[in-house]
Parts: sequence; structure tokens; C-alpha cells
Amino acid sequence: MAMTDERKAKLTLPADDQILVTRELDAPPHLVYRAWTTPELVARWWTAKRGVAKSMEIDLRVGGSWRYVMETFEGQEVAFHGVYREIVPDERLVTTEVYEGAPLPPEQLEANATLNTVTFAERGGRTLVTMLTECPSHEVREMIVASGMEDGLQDALDLLEGVAQELQG
Amino acid sequence: MPTTADAFNAVAEPRRREILDLLAVAERPVGDLVERTGMGQPQVSKHLRVLREVGAVRSRHQGRRRLYRLDPGALRPIFEWVSPYQRLWEERFEQLDDVLAEMKEEEGDGNDG
Repeated sequence: MAMTDERKAKLTLPADDQILVTRELDAPPHLVYRAWTTPELVARWWTAKRGVAKSMEIDLRVGGSWRYVMETFEGQEVAFHGVYREIVPDERLVTTEVYEGAPLPPEQLEANATLNTVTFAERGGRTLVTMLTECPSHEVREMIVASGMEDGLQDALDLLEGVAQELQG
Repeated sequence: MPTTADAFNAVAEPRRREILDLLAVAERPVGDLVERTGMGQPQVSKHLRVLREVGAVRSRHQGRRRLYRLDPGALRPIFEWVSPYQRLWEERFEQLDDVLAEMKEEEGDGNDG
């Protein structure tokens, strides 16, 4: 089956303060939504193979907050939090997101929150996930895109190889 | 001086990707690209200008013709720049694939019973 392209997360930059990631998943939207909003399930995928989940708090109501904490295999604690702004079960979530380790004075952290809109669209029993991250500034966008650079070299080479193959297509 | 973001955006545009694909295989004049993409010459020239501005494409004169070719080295920083974040999400989605496969199975069992 020629699914390689569809199964790869696609990243585009629609505006200079935005990041758009799309990915198709082989499950209907109600399951994807559940995996996205249930702490025990989020704990199993959000860590991205980089560590273990320490705490996943989700207060799933408009105005409710969420906070995810993981510990990387290098022993570093990484935490994000935010507030739910819009909730349409099985379809759409809008939340704010703050990276607690951002190199910013504490009083500026909240002001630099991103606004994330995730939609789950049915595609013949599968789900197209679309994640739009709107940043407060171009600089914050650049910081997010470059994040994780320290372990990025091999990833970069892998990706480059994929791109090269695609270009040779 | 174009930024890496400019270069990424230039390369992300689908019609420009099409041109890059063609130039990855061979050095070509504009007319060849017009013929193979079905785009008008002004449109192809406009895309080529954007790609040259960010260094993704180079050109040289051969007699009266100008030939265009891909500069893969120039593309490298673009993909190094975006890859960590994309990779982070790719790894989350790979783990999510496993979680969803299990959930589907459980739901299937429920329906059977």
C-alpha cells in the first residue's frame, strides 16, 4: 500500500507566526479524540519516545486547564500547560499552550502562550488531524520550530534523506 | 538576505516542489519546465525567481538559453531547521498509532460481544 506519504506528519508554515502540522491516523475521530483527551492515553503517546510521562492533568471544559509533565531519558523535566478555550467533542479543540522551560522571565511566560487549534476530520473511517499553532510573535514561532535542536542532527539527516529521495522521485 | 523560513516557505509551495522535482532529475531550460508542468511561462519564471532568491535553484547561460538546476546543498539547512519539531510530532503520532490500534481492537471486541 502506498501510504508512506500520508503517514508522515506534514509541516508547513502558513504565516510567519504560524505552524501547521497534519497527519492521517488509521482510526475514526471519536477514538483519536479520546486518545487526545484522556490522561492515561495521552501519557502513552505525548512523550514522543523521549522519556516517561510524570503527570498528565486534563480538566476538559472550556476555561479548564491542562498540564503535561514528562522526564526525558536524560533526566530533564519538561512541562507544558494551558487552558481549554473551545471544545467540540470528536471534532475540535482550541487550547492555549505554554512551555514552562522557555528562556523567558516568569512573568512573560503566559503572555507568550501559543493558541493551538486541533481538528479531527473523518476520512472514510480514518482521521485527518490538523494542528494549527498560532504564536504571539515570529520570534516565538522560530523558537518552537528550532526546539529540540540538540538531538536533531540524526533526525535532520534522516529527514534530508527522505526529502532527497522524494526529489529524485 | 532571505531567512531560512523564507526558504522553507519557498520550497513548501506545491507548484514549486513540482519544479524542484523536475530540476532534481536534470538541468532544464524554462521551456522544458513549461511543457512538463502545464503552467504558463510567466508563472514558471515567477516560481524560478523565488527559488533562485532562496538559493534552491541556480542557473547558467548556455549559448542563448538559460539552464536551471537544483542546488541540493542549499536545501539542507531548511530541513535541518524544521526537522526537530516535525520529528517530535512524528514520534508522537507513531506512538499514537499504537494506542489507537489497541483502542480499535477493544472497541471491536465490545461490538462482537
